[in-house]
Amino acid sequence: MRRQDAGWWLLILPAFLLMTAFYIAPIAQVLAISFTEPSPGLGNYERLFTSESVQRVIVTTLRICTITTALALLLGYVLAYRIALANEAARRWWILAVLVPLWISVLVRAFAWVTLLRRQGLVNNALMETGLITEPLQLVWNEFGIIVGMVHYMVPYAVLPLLASMREIDPRLLAAARGLGAPRFTIFRRIFLPLSLPGLIAAGVLVFIFSLGFYITPAILGGGKTLMVAEWIGLQILDLIRWGLGTMMATVLVVAILATLAVFSRVVDLKRVFGTGA
Amino acid sequence: MDHAHRPGGWTVAAAWMVAIYLVLPISIVIPVSLTDQRFLSLPQEALSLRHYATVLGSEAWLGSIWQSFLIAVAATVIAVVAGTLCAIGCWRLSRRSTELVRAMMLLPIIIPSIVYAVGLYRYFAKIDLLDRFLGVAIAHGVTGIPYVVITVSTALAAFDPRLEQAARGMGASLSQTLRWVILPRIAPGIVSGAIFAFIHSWDELVIVLFIASRDVFTLPRRIWDGINENLDPAMAAVAVLLVVFTLGLLLLDLALRKRRDA
Repeated sequence: MRRQDAGWWLLILPAFLLMTAFYIAPIAQVLAISFTEPSPGLGNYERLFTSESVQRVIVTTLRICTITTALALLLGYVLAYRIALANEAARRWWILAVLVPLWISVLVRAFAWVTLLRRQGLVNNALMETGLITEPLQLVWNEFGIIVGMVHYMVPYAVLPLLASMREIDPRLLAAARGLGAPRFTIFRRIFLPLSLPGLIAAGVLVFIFSLGFYITPAILGGGKTLMVAEWIGLQILDLIRWGLGTMMATVLVVAILATLAVFSRVVDLKRVFGTGA
Repeated sequence: MDHAHRPGGWTVAAAWMVAIYLVLPISIVIPVSLTDQRFLSLPQEALSLRHYATVLGSEAWLGSIWQSFLIAVAATVIAVVAGTLCAIGCWRLSRRSTELVRAMMLLPIIIPSIVYAVGLYRYFAKIDLLDRFLGVAIAHGVTGIPYVVITVSTALAAFDPRLEQAARGMGASLSQTLRWVILPRIAPGIVSGAIFAFIHSWDELVIVLFIASRDVFTLPRRIWDGINENLDPAMAAVAVLLVVFTLGLLLLDLALRKRRDA
């Protein structure tokens, strides 16, 4: 029996070796550098408590991620609710509206938002022409722009786990409640919402951890003024050559994400979050 | 009497608003790419294809497109071979240790690419893979493995394990069982995984920003520079070409799934 299994273990080997040599090793090195450069010890981590700029980046990141998660969940819920209750033909179109943005390059999306929101952008021009405003609004290169772009990116990620859990709800429950005379909102609040709660939590965890390490959208739509953790790390490494600080923040980021997952793995099935089939 | 629960008018309206928010900003690049002006704007007097001509006549853009394509193909091969074999092994052995292996394969989706990019920058410097085709292909291939593992595992979940046992029982070797029994049944899952791994590499920017500089200058890298330096309508033309290409791949995936389900 054991010898028979050897062949199957061999199948796993290439991926395991590739992953260890070219994924795990570089990341382990990041963790190691944070303790050894510029001098061995916990000096870099001390900055978490003493450096105001480090704290500011963390607070900004947490604030933007929280707002993004809340908005993405709200918008995603509305959309998933509509999709879950649609008939088969309409559902396909609605799902396409979710999947297409999901797979469009994040750069293209950020570029589209810049086109729309910048000073001489389409939104400002349209508002000026209709006379609603006289001065262009500052819609991008600030926190507002970042959140608009990030929510846009995250809504599809919120919809998918929400939809998976909503489709498990037995429609006969809803029909029964309706037959017994419950108003639509009561059905939603007393039956639908509680039953979709696991999906809501899964979607929230997914969106939050994806937002934490976001690089491209905040970098383009924030215009270098509002720094989130990922962009700050890039800045430390590429421009300031402060490897110790950069890798310290990278380590904190990874620990924060894994801790969030660990906490919520008790509450939700992680396979629901990452959809690993079996 | 129909008691089916239907969403109310407000909910439907709100869902439409969300769908428009998702789709409209992306489609705005189409009219902008057709502008007759020299700056980012909607077409004023006529539609013009000059910005497409600029892109398709530029050696720099075409070079980047070709380079991105080659890297994506190489990365897809790495991800598909390693990911498929790994998913099959984990599925067949299916025990605690293989669950851990599968969790490890998902790490590239969970850990932000900035962390990986920073680590790889230092790691590749030591083994002389910075700014090399091979280096970028390996990095994209390794980070593409999770997509293949997920789609192939899903396909395997629908595969009857007794078929495999029957084949082995009748004396087929492992490689024969793989080639004639398992792989043909999960081929659609492998193709889906390949498409996702390809798109992943084709769109990837963060890793490239750190491990490539001059010799390897992929399409996303060129777009990134374009957005940060000069916002000219040629960028919109590139964006449209990219969207069309990605949509084509997605439709291909949908068509293949439909054929499999039929």
